[in-house]
Amino acid sequence: MSGFDWIVPVILTVITAATPLVFAAIGELVTEKSGVLNLGVEGMMLVGAVTGFVTATVTGNYFLAVALAAVAGGFMAFLFGILTLSLMANQVATGLALTLFGVGLSALMGQEFVGEPVASLSKLNIPGISDIPIIGPIVFGQDGLVYLSFVMVALVSWFLYKTKAGLILRAVGDSHDAAHSIGYSVIGIRYMAVIFGGAMSGIGGAYLSLAYTPMWAENMTAGRGWIALALIVFATWKPGLVLVGAYMFGGITILQLHAQAAGLDLPSQVLSMLPYLATVLVLVLISKDQSRIRKHAPACIGKIFHPAA
Amino acid sequence: MLLKIEKRAEYSRAMIYLTPVFALILTMLTSIVLFRLLGVSPMEALHNFFILPINTEYGLSELFVKGTPLILIAIGLSVGFKANVWNIGAEGQLTMGAIVGSSIFIYFHDIDSIFLLPAMILLGAIGGALWAAIPAYLKTRFNANEILTSLMLVYVAILFLSVLVHGPWRDPDGFNFPESRTFSESADMPILMAGTRMHFGTLLALFAVIGAWIMMSKTLIGFQIKVIGSAPTAGGYAGFSQKKIIWFALLFGGAMAGIAGLSEVSGPIDQILPSISPGYGFTAIIVAFLGRLHPVGILFAGLLMALTYLGGETAQINLGLPVAVTGVFQGMILFYLLACDVLVHYRFRWNSFGKAAS
Repeated sequence: MSGFDWIVPVILTVITAATPLVFAAIGELVTEKSGVLNLGVEGMMLVGAVTGFVTATVTGNYFLAVALAAVAGGFMAFLFGILTLSLMANQVATGLALTLFGVGLSALMGQEFVGEPVASLSKLNIPGISDIPIIGPIVFGQDGLVYLSFVMVALVSWFLYKTKAGLILRAVGDSHDAAHSIGYSVIGIRYMAVIFGGAMSGIGGAYLSLAYTPMWAENMTAGRGWIALALIVFATWKPGLVLVGAYMFGGITILQLHAQAAGLDLPSQVLSMLPYLATVLVLVLISKDQSRIRKHAPACIGKIFHPAA
Repeated sequence: MLLKIEKRAEYSRAMIYLTPVFALILTMLTSIVLFRLLGVSPMEALHNFFILPINTEYGLSELFVKGTPLILIAIGLSVGFKANVWNIGAEGQLTMGAIVGSSIFIYFHDIDSIFLLPAMILLGAIGGALWAAIPAYLKTRFNANEILTSLMLVYVAILFLSVLVHGPWRDPDGFNFPESRTFSESADMPILMAGTRMHFGTLLALFAVIGAWIMMSKTLIGFQIKVIGSAPTAGGYAGFSQKKIIWFALLFGGAMAGIAGLSEVSGPIDQILPSISPGYGFTAIIVAFLGRLHPVGILFAGLLMALTYLGGETAQINLGLPVAVTGVFQGMILFYLLACDVLVHYRFRWNSFGKAAS
């Protein structure tokens, strides 16, 4: 068994690297399913990360920290909603604006907290069960947010495909005019989907600053928000595949750390390029099959809705 | 609803030029609240942000130093945005332009020739264009989203720069600091005004403004860009190739960002450092929009955004405000601009039904 000692720590780090991506991507998936493309994920994650971190440092209450991170992400998304849904601004430009704004705002909010450590999110340790070799620490030794990320994927999947509300949301994303003409509030439904996406991004950000690297640094998301957006394309808008994709990317992120430790003779920066290059590669492989994208992407994504009447 | 929003049959010209002004005023009003929250006198903060930095001749020249890369990049991006090509990886193209452009100096640093700098500028443009060619190829060949690919390449380019300065490009006489050797005089951008840092790159930026204006208003490619951007189907019927426009927009944007990168390292920075840009590539996105994607608008918007960089520095020194205020300011102005754009595309009318009811 001793030859496999590395397996458990590797799997544990993959989980922590994947979890923020799961949150951000599953939230944005709901937003996109409603027909809205919010490119501000990176900005919302950053604001979530700093809000969570500051709250945890000041109050020591991690539940509150995560909750406020969700609120902060949701509020950022609400701003995006006002601009794109009520004021009918271009979604691509507004999403970029949200990210640029989020980068500045989070840096401003976290100014006095840079480099300060905070205790990591506590793990759920069940005496006895968590001590079972391999399975114990992996299945029963995670922090609450890891479990929540799985629950959210299952919930979103159930909501979208098994409930009437989910059907309406998808209808709004596929044909806003039709949904509007049978009396559904396209704008209202999209607001909810956008805010949900923002809240999830906020939690994903908080996971970074509270569990992945328990500290705050400017721009600490390092492009994860954008990778989350790419993951949705990879998953062809299917919740289950978002989970698969996030864990694959988590694996790649961790691979670079372990390759370095194993003494691979490459500059560390070259290994750090891996997640970004992998994102490009994955996008290319998936986008090649146009018909598949067209079949699964919400038809109205990125289109402005302006009720005729 | 009392207010009714109607789509305008045609864009309101006046509104197109007025909205950036509205956006600026709203940003100022909001920042007064922000400064209060930060415990600083708003009037003093605004004075530090907008007046003090350009009070002196030197300050004014710094406006052009900071504005030069912003204007160059935004001119390139605006052509893409007009054609609905969303290149947001200018920061990476800037980095590659700086790297490829200065490679000739790094490897042949003994050269003392008047052709060195022109060659570096040309190579800078090529470096930026080649880096932008990757998303162009992936978009036209595989339909991969250029927003995501161009952005991912930013991180790759910055890491590549880091490899170079920590390794092969490190100055042999530099006490092991991650810096390249300092550029020689013939690799330096000539200074335009003695006693300032204003350099030849500013002239390149002005040239780009005029060139882009002529290109967009007088040439066939400019016409094709506008048609493909606003009505792709019509462009298709007219026989304009969307692929060609995607290639052109990305290569042009990349080349401009590349020149901006080179003019930074052979201008104010004077060597290759691990970090050569405070996010010019991203701020230029704001500049492009604020300038209404028009070359002359971009010239003014670039100078305004340059002022926010200078103002942020002044406010940091004098009032102890965090530098991040600059980023918040820049993001806010873009937000308000996009919000005000509703006035360009739509007309607000009092609903007669609402009137009757009240």
